[in-house]
Amino acid sequence: MRRLIHSAALRKTAGAFATLGGVAVFVFFMLRAIPGDQISASLGTEAAGLTEIQRTSLEEYYGLDQSLPTQFFSWVANLFQGNLGFSIRAQQPVLDLTLAALPVTFQLAVFAIILALGVGVPIGMLSASRVGGARDIFGQSLSLLGLSVPAFLLATTLLTFLAVNFGFNPNGLGYKTLFEDPSVNLQQMLLPSIVLGFAISAPIIRTTRAAVLEVREQDFIRTARAKGVSSRSLQFRHILRNALIPIVTMTGLQFGYLLGGAVVVEQIFSLPGVGRQVLMGIQQKEYALVQSTVLVIAASFVIINLLTDLLYRAIDPRVRAE
Amino acid sequence: MTMSTPSTSPKQSSVFRRLIRTWSGGLSLFVLLLLILLAVLVNLGAIGFDPTAQTPDDRLLAPNGTYLMGTDQFGRDIFSRVMSGVGSSALISVVAVTIAGVMGTLLGLVGGFFRGVVDVVGTGVTNILFAFPPLLLALTLASVLDRNWFTVAVAIGIVYIPIFARVTRGPVLSLREIEFVRAARSTGMSSVGIMFKHVLPNIYSIVIIQIALSLSWAVLTEAALSFLGLGSPPPAPSLGSMIYEARTLVLIAPWTLYAPGAIIVTFVVALNLLGDSLRDILDPRSKEAH
Repeated sequence: MRRLIHSAALRKTAGAFATLGGVAVFVFFMLRAIPGDQISASLGTEAAGLTEIQRTSLEEYYGLDQSLPTQFFSWVANLFQGNLGFSIRAQQPVLDLTLAALPVTFQLAVFAIILALGVGVPIGMLSASRVGGARDIFGQSLSLLGLSVPAFLLATTLLTFLAVNFGFNPNGLGYKTLFEDPSVNLQQMLLPSIVLGFAISAPIIRTTRAAVLEVREQDFIRTARAKGVSSRSLQFRHILRNALIPIVTMTGLQFGYLLGGAVVVEQIFSLPGVGRQVLMGIQQKEYALVQSTVLVIAASFVIINLLTDLLYRAIDPRVRAE
Repeated sequence: MTMSTPSTSPKQSSVFRRLIRTWSGGLSLFVLLLLILLAVLVNLGAIGFDPTAQTPDDRLLAPNGTYLMGTDQFGRDIFSRVMSGVGSSALISVVAVTIAGVMGTLLGLVGGFFRGVVDVVGTGVTNILFAFPPLLLALTLASVLDRNWFTVAVAIGIVYIPIFARVTRGPVLSLREIEFVRAARSTGMSSVGIMFKHVLPNIYSIVIIQIALSLSWAVLTEAALSFLGLGSPPPAPSLGSMIYEARTLVLIAPWTLYAPGAIIVTFVVALNLLGDSLRDILDPRSKEAH
């Protein structure tokens, strides 16, 4: 039995790495689909002024004179050595930029998840307490809004409303990390986390409601009730605990939404995270930057999904038995 | 829809009738039809103004009898721009979901039905596309393709292929072992014939639910792309870029933000309600959020 568990976990891990390999190939060829050549794309109008020799030496410098498979494998080999490329505009290695940007996005994602769980799970439980009742209608409407209000609309509205009426605009100043200035950092993270947290609280409300409703129908709940277990203990120790698996799964899945939504939210609130790094790379046509950053983001998503999967295998013996 | 198949799904006409009988289904269909009707009328020039026509004398006017939602910084009628934006957003989303639906369903159908190498490759492609946060993939694809409304639709369509592949593959796997499929096989019917005639009609309710839900995601993704400046190029009106431009105007002209904002929320709420009602009717067992 134990060997089986290990092989299932191993199989999942191997699968995740195979997917990552595929992701690298996909990202590489996707960015080769850019119309025209990369030198013209990144230099814009200046490219017209290049002499034949300058162009050839640039192509040689970026390895563009090599065949595509050679370019791909040298990119991958460089990645393994920690060389993600060099950003011309920032005059910095992409690795340094990414290492500075990742914690920003990660902190944002964690805050958003905490907010979403803190709001979504209780509302989902209240919603399930009486199907069709006032609390249920409230919970369902809130989750419908969470699914329907675009993050950029909520962000823009919150930002302008608070800045105009209360002069609250912590994101107008330069970004401070949690270690440089905790108070400013937390203020800067507040609105972006609310925006993303609101969006992902919707699926969490819905999942919690559905899971609680399903668990409540099970025989062991009737047994517990018959035994005289108090209502509070029934709610938390029996129902919520068993409803946790789908909630954990849904939370893990929302990580992808967060990494994508981060592009919009980081842009609006001027947070220097990986989302904004991709967007700036796209706007400034720095495709080496885009290529490596997109790969890093996709890799984090794959790893988070793998960890969620392994985590609930560890929590729930039933999954292991399957 | 073939009638020779022992299908467990209800007939289409009765689905529609049951849909308009629920309050959420009826209301959402009404709102969607109204929005589309207004978009078509504006685009035909029957109501409102030319969405790109600038009237310098009428800049930043508050909503009034002539301009229902006011005007923007170039004196363009916001009502006409919003409705025209709804039209292009609907067009892009429908094309995107068609691409995703056809490609994804084929991927799930063929992979689940034939298993073997086809399935391994199909699942691999699905997993690779799933590894990207949806908006990030749409954004990167939109940035490498030439920019026009169709490439935006293709970018969004590719992002949602894996969802269709994943929701159809599972049911197909169990359907291929079911008696009537085996019976069809024993009569010497070709595999492709069985797949399209007996398996596909039995997953149509799953596909329809997914289409409705994906439409709301596609509208949101298109709006986010145009907010970030990667949607259809200007001066074509789009809800996302209108909201982007309104950021700097909201102090002096709040209607520039609230008009497109309210309409996009209404549009997406209606699509989500439609998806939820369809799911309640077609798949009563499912209580899942997504």
